[in-house]
Amino acid sequence: MRKALLLCSLALCWQPSVHASEGRLLATGGASSIDGAAGGGITPWAVLSGYGEEGEWGATAFATRVDLPDYRLDVAGMAASYGNRIEFSYARQRFDLGSLVHKLGLPEDSLSQDVFGVKARLFGDLIYDQLPQVALGLAYKRQKDFLIPSLVGAQRDEDVEGYLTASRLFMGAAFGYNLLINGGVRYSRANELGLLGFGGDRRDSRSLLKEGSVAVLFNPRWALGVEYREKPDNLSFAGESDWADVFLGYFPNKHLAIVLAYARLGEIATLDNQNGTYLSVQGSF
Amino acid sequence: MRLYVLGMALLLGACAGQQQPARDDSLYQALGGKPGISRIVEGMLLNVARDERIVAHFRNVNIELLRRQLIDRFCVEAGGPCTYTGDDMAEAHKGQNISRSEFNALVEDLIKAMEAQGVPVPAQNRLLARLAAQRGEVIDK
Repeated sequence: MRKALLLCSLALCWQPSVHASEGRLLATGGASSIDGAAGGGITPWAVLSGYGEEGEWGATAFATRVDLPDYRLDVAGMAASYGNRIEFSYARQRFDLGSLVHKLGLPEDSLSQDVFGVKARLFGDLIYDQLPQVALGLAYKRQKDFLIPSLVGAQRDEDVEGYLTASRLFMGAAFGYNLLINGGVRYSRANELGLLGFGGDRRDSRSLLKEGSVAVLFNPRWALGVEYREKPDNLSFAGESDWADVFLGYFPNKHLAIVLAYARLGEIATLDNQNGTYLSVQGSF
Repeated sequence: MRLYVLGMALLLGACAGQQQPARDDSLYQALGGKPGISRIVEGMLLNVARDERIVAHFRNVNIELLRRQLIDRFCVEAGGPCTYTGDDMAEAHKGQNISRSEFNALVEDLIKAMEAQGVPVPAQNRLLARLAAQRGEVIDK
């Protein structure tokens, strides 16, 4: 009976093949990182946004909110990639200064910037073949409210930074479950992502910064992991902490990704213990 | 710094190359033996039949023969007591010009079948890892 059904359905369903635009496996497009590039939350991965394989386009749009004790970061953006080779992304970040505005009598209540990114897969593959997927990324960042950053010692309101990152899914490596490892280096002088401008009174040259993440996939739809991102410390008025988070990612299908995280952002602009929740929703097309 | 990059590259590279031949039949048992593997293959083929992305590749295929060969193949990959008598992977897919997307579509149909059969995720991953390592012999032939 089952065999008959099998033969029958194969016979009935022969149709001309449709040009697919979602040729990669679930979750291999990642979520959207806060700078707009495909990745985890605070770090990019070497994967390209969306699900396009060779000859296909992929696109994503996302919104992210990070709620901290004294601040709030809102990010919205989009990305498009072609052929699992190159990705273009845009993100607008708005950092709400919250309680600091009244405490210090600040002239503005938020800091915003635009991030234009491009990322190219150099070689390798996330899952297949021998080499891990390695990608090179560039981001042009433009800070839009430069009065406060200039007052605290930031040297410029726009800059370019680069990063090199590798990603690999090790099948069954975590007690039978798939393990995703990402590691990379960034060459940047962005203060708090660039929201506090670029370069500072303490240091004005770019630093080589390490970042990475590790995640376990309980099945193709659920991932639990940690991330770490080194940050420069260019401004003398306040310390800048490295960032870390623990995240839970949910990929119900190839059109939706949700990431919930607990982020430890440490000291930001003189206020310490900025640890809070991170929520990101991404749509893929 | 340089050490970190090198270390990361070595770590990623070293683990990527691991593909041990199956020495025990624990995967075969975890997949439910021959009856379990048969259900997985049949479920996969039923999913393929509904999958407009790849069904055209099966137009001129003897499905009953393919079913038997796939069961034997999966059984051998899982370390089970079977003999695969079909063509090797490259030969079997010659002229099909299977794209990366189509390969992934088949992987998805297989995962869906294993999930429907309640195969534990670690067992799914072990089978998928063995098949993923053979992608180079299947695509673009």
